[in-house]
Amino acid sequence: MLSMREVSVRYGDTLAVDRVSLDLPEGGVLAVLGPSGCGKSTLLRAVAGLEPLSHGSIDVDGRDLAGVPTHRRGFALMFQDGQLFAHLTVARNVAYALKLRRTSSSRTAARVQELLDLVGLGDYGDRLPATLSGGERQRVALARALAVDPRLLLLDEPLSALDATLRERLAGDLREILQVAGTTALLVTHDHEEAFALADGLAVMRAGRVVQAGPIEEVWRAPVDEETALFLGYARVLHGDAAVRVLSVAGLERAPAVTSAVASAVASAVTPAVALRRSALVVDETGGLSGRIESARATPEQVRLVVHAEHIGHLDAVAPLGSRVAPGDSVRLGVDVTRLAVLAITPRLDPSLD
Amino acid sequence: MKSARKHVVLTTSLAAALTAMTLASCSLTSSPDKDSGKATDRETTSSPSQAGGTVVLASHESFSLPDTLIKQFKEDTGYDLEVRAAGDAGTLATKLSLTANNPIGDAAFGIDNTFASRPLGEDVFAPFTPATTPPAEYALDEGADRLVPIDAASVCVNVDTAWFKAEKLDPPKTLADLTDPAYKGLFVTPGASTSSPGMAFFLATVAEYGDDWESYWTGLLDNDTLVVDGWEDAYYGDFTAGSKTGKRPIVVSYDSSPAFTVKGDATTTAALLDTCFRQVEYAGVLEGAKNPAGAEALIDWMLSDSVQSALPESMYVFPVMESATIPKDWAKFAVRPTAPYEVPSEEIAANREKWLTDWTDVISR
Amino acid sequence: MRRIAGLLLLALGPVLVLGVLFVLPVTGMVSQGFWVDDRFAPGEVLQVLARPRVHRIAWFTLWSSGIATLVAITLGLPVAYALHRLALPGRTTLRAAMLVPFVLPTVVVGVAFRTLLGEGGPLGFLGLDGSPVAIVAGMVFFNVAVVIRAVGAAWESLDPRPGEAAAALGASPIQVLRTVTLPALRPAIIGAASVVFLFCATAFGIVLTLGGVRYGTIETEIYFLTTTIFDLQAAAALSVLQIVVVVLLLALSARLRHVPDPTAHRVVARPRAVRLADWPVMTATVLVLSFVALPILTLVAGSFQVGEGWGWGNYRALTTTGDNQALLVPVTAALLTSLRTAVDATWMALALGLMVSVIVTRRSQSISERRVRSLLDGFFMLPLGVSAVTLGFGFLITLDSPPLDLRDSPLLVPMAQALVALPLIVRTLTPVLGGIDDRQRQAAASLGASPWRAMLTVDLPVVWKPMLAASGFAFAVSLGEFGATSFLARDDQPTLPIVIYRLIGHPGEMNFGMALAASVVLATATACVMVAVERLRVPSVGAF
Repeated sequence: MLSMREVSVRYGDTLAVDRVSLDLPEGGVLAVLGPSGCGKSTLLRAVAGLEPLSHGSIDVDGRDLAGVPTHRRGFALMFQDGQLFAHLTVARNVAYALKLRRTSSSRTAARVQELLDLVGLGDYGDRLPATLSGGERQRVALARALAVDPRLLLLDEPLSALDATLRERLAGDLREILQVAGTTALLVTHDHEEAFALADGLAVMRAGRVVQAGPIEEVWRAPVDEETALFLGYARVLHGDAAVRVLSVAGLERAPAVTSAVASAVASAVTPAVALRRSALVVDETGGLSGRIESARATPEQVRLVVHAEHIGHLDAVAPLGSRVAPGDSVRLGVDVTRLAVLAITPRLDPSLD
Repeated sequence: MKSARKHVVLTTSLAAALTAMTLASCSLTSSPDKDSGKATDRETTSSPSQAGGTVVLASHESFSLPDTLIKQFKEDTGYDLEVRAAGDAGTLATKLSLTANNPIGDAAFGIDNTFASRPLGEDVFAPFTPATTPPAEYALDEGADRLVPIDAASVCVNVDTAWFKAEKLDPPKTLADLTDPAYKGLFVTPGASTSSPGMAFFLATVAEYGDDWESYWTGLLDNDTLVVDGWEDAYYGDFTAGSKTGKRPIVVSYDSSPAFTVKGDATTTAALLDTCFRQVEYAGVLEGAKNPAGAEALIDWMLSDSVQSALPESMYVFPVMESATIPKDWAKFAVRPTAPYEVPSEEIAANREKWLTDWTDVISR
Repeated sequence: MRRIAGLLLLALGPVLVLGVLFVLPVTGMVSQGFWVDDRFAPGEVLQVLARPRVHRIAWFTLWSSGIATLVAITLGLPVAYALHRLALPGRTTLRAAMLVPFVLPTVVVGVAFRTLLGEGGPLGFLGLDGSPVAIVAGMVFFNVAVVIRAVGAAWESLDPRPGEAAAALGASPIQVLRTVTLPALRPAIIGAASVVFLFCATAFGIVLTLGGVRYGTIETEIYFLTTTIFDLQAAAALSVLQIVVVVLLLALSARLRHVPDPTAHRVVARPRAVRLADWPVMTATVLVLSFVALPILTLVAGSFQVGEGWGWGNYRALTTTGDNQALLVPVTAALLTSLRTAVDATWMALALGLMVSVIVTRRSQSISERRVRSLLDGFFMLPLGVSAVTLGFGFLITLDSPPLDLRDSPLLVPMAQALVALPLIVRTLTPVLGGIDDRQRQAAASLGASPWRAMLTVDLPVVWKPMLAASGFAFAVSLGEFGATSFLARDDQPTLPIVIYRLIGHPGEMNFGMALAASVVLATATACVMVAVERLRVPSVGAF
């Protein structure tokens, strides 16, 4: 549906977006993930028509959007902090786009109520934005954006201004609403959890370029490099012998993906690497790794450990709640293969690839 | 790079602003010696028993005399002269009337025959007889014991003789001529309600036409007369001889004005001597003055030949004393009317409001 | 209650100053009209208000000021946008130049306008000389800068994202302007409009010069009644009428200016390159700039005209006292006096303005506290809307005896000018101070900062640039102030506008040329100050 080809946006001397090509199918939700300043917001603004392209093209259903002003694109844009119109009530904010389309007032009222109910703010119609909490504002902003069934919903960090519980709840709601409405959405965020909660496709952006893109599971399982892995929430990346040792304990050194990665690593004279999530190593009497506990901290779901393992170094691990583990103890660790990722190469050691 | 340059720009402009402030070298509290000297002088005069010190003259904004004369006054009498001159004649009259109990100076100059009755009615002036007596023709009917005539200037219709010569048209001569269609659209006058010469011209028409002045003014307006705010607007804005863009060769100005349009050895304008109203300006000692002796000395000085002879050049008015010398150009080109129109001061006072409101109504029609 | 008491204590200084320098004189002068022969006669004063002439004048005042305000807003908005949101080359200089009219002496502008519009002028064919249109044009000329500045500053710091959100929701640029931008700018627009209206309603010189004598406003009528006719009763009636109108207007504007969330996020938007689609704005801007430039260029041209030719003669003559001793001091000395006075007026206005702004913007804890604050806010705007004639004469009759014998004080002129500049300073600083989140001060306090220390760390960094900008305004206003100054200035120490006025009023061709040259000098001095202010790039909402 949405297709970006070689899109570049230039601010003066800096290239904020550098030859980005991405596709978004009808009804899909694509998250563009990257640290702040990577150009993801600029990309979003370019799609909205708020920034002129210096190169490349953006098509919707095969039609080039160049020269189509923002207000004729039929999209809706939802900012990080909602950007509600402070001088209008909640209902009139939601009705804004409907009014622009000269929808009859009875239909507008009905649609506004429907949308406010959808976002769980049925009684809030007469309030002014200044009286709402952050989460409520975001919901209103969402209702406003959905009011006229936009072809494409553009979301700029829709949840990051909210606290954790609220974010989780609103993320669930948002996903459901998007699915029910069948809305195509492009989301930019620096928070991988937000991306996981909402999107089915993921593109990782760094310094203006897309470094990896694909279905979210795929990207998550096979990050393209160490930095991406860390950004996707992997806790630690091991290199060389340490990596090989963990892989062998996991029984993965013969797996085809791994061998090819290792082979290519050997061929390019760099060592292989493996990215581990915090829960990739689990205390297990039969585990293949041994080490000494350096610290232990109980969380509501498990006990988090830092273990010093022989020939490897520091590792994160978890133990089930109620385990009798204490600093100084020796433990054995098993490897959960679904919670690690083998990185083909370690670009950090090879600046020319950066 | 960019931010560095911006920084430099910011710094330089700040420095420039600071320098400007420093140049202005801060505040009247640190202003020149002249001023602080004066301040101490004021201290000394506030005790009236002491001779000398400062004498304060309240006047209107047109007051002006050469510095050398003012220094001479100090040498001759021992008094420092401090002039407080602001606003027009009407403002001065109002100021004096409002501050009758606690005057703003020791003497006042600039009350003319059209405004004299107001401060006189408020007992602003103390009786005073000057050392030299000015000619009786300038004396007020009432209040001659308190107000001393200093200068006189007649407001007359002026014409641009060069323009009339070029157009081969005879210039007008009388007030009645101004309503002659031959002069349609040629006359500009300052307003009676906003300008002192404008008022003087209006009084001339009142003196000529009495209660019929309204129909005369209607005639003027029907003849496309332009009424503007002030004398400077009329003379410099619309008068052909006073402004490059001016289109009107007839204007209300002074009998002395032709002396200011001299080209070579002739003047290009002339005052119509049958259209004049004479304004006489008076000086007086203020009742309750802190330095009455100084005030009296000041008024005597203003009647002295040196001041009287300086009046034409400084304030564009004729001296009242016949012994004064008149500048060459004036003697040659500024012809004074022999029988100007007159309206008694009391009559002006009694009718001013009615006349002016009626006049405004006439010209607003 | 204790907070209100504390508030009043803090407000005591500024209130006292305004009380002595403004309320006392005005009351003194007005009561002259109410007491006839030691008898209190309010009825007779009120009867004045029934006169048809008064009705005509009051109506004309409201009408002309209202139209002028509307026109100034309409013309000022596109220029504010162009000069603050578009990356126009030289926009800093243009912004500074736009303020020049604001300080030009009215006499000079009147002459410039009449040179243009008069029968022989290049625009004489329009037949506007002496018409209400000319009066309105003059008022607009003086005040369009206020709109450009106040609204432009707010526009510059307006968050562009709500507008972008609206555009993304399908609003065309016009719809974005109407439904998002203008409502967000409303406080600035209302604030500018109320100041412009007050300036127009109390305009004096421009009405006299451009309206000829046919049209009077309340202000010119008060002058006429006081000085020409000496009808103090009628003058008092009109003064009271004026005050009532001003108070009503201020109350109305405070109500309209009220925004739900004054601490809303502010940003400095990057100016964007001019596009083809900006042609309506650019056309309007060019037209307005020409409208402002034309009279000024007329002045400049006139100042270089010597006899039949051109030259610097008029400027060289500025070190003299003019033809026929028109002046007591050379123009250059007057310029120095002006600068000195302006320095004094600036620090006085700034000190007062800062106190008032702090008082007005501290967050209120109760409704009555908020009322007290908004009352104070309005109180300090009053000097803008009250007749300079009434105030000037009031000075003479009330400040005439110890301990308030200020009549002869050299500080009287800067004090009066400071009063005129005060509302502008307050209007510049309050939005900035009001925009500071009170929690920042609380955070500082929680870290152990005393109230003074908290102010230094929280308020000062935000407010020092707007303060410098406000000083620039005050300085410029003081340089150009004529009404009050002409009344109070001492003859041996006239300011530049006074000298210009004198020069114009004295015969001699050189004097007229010198007046124009002096005006150009004054305008240049002002423009320089304003360029320096512009360089500060005050990122604030500075709306007077």
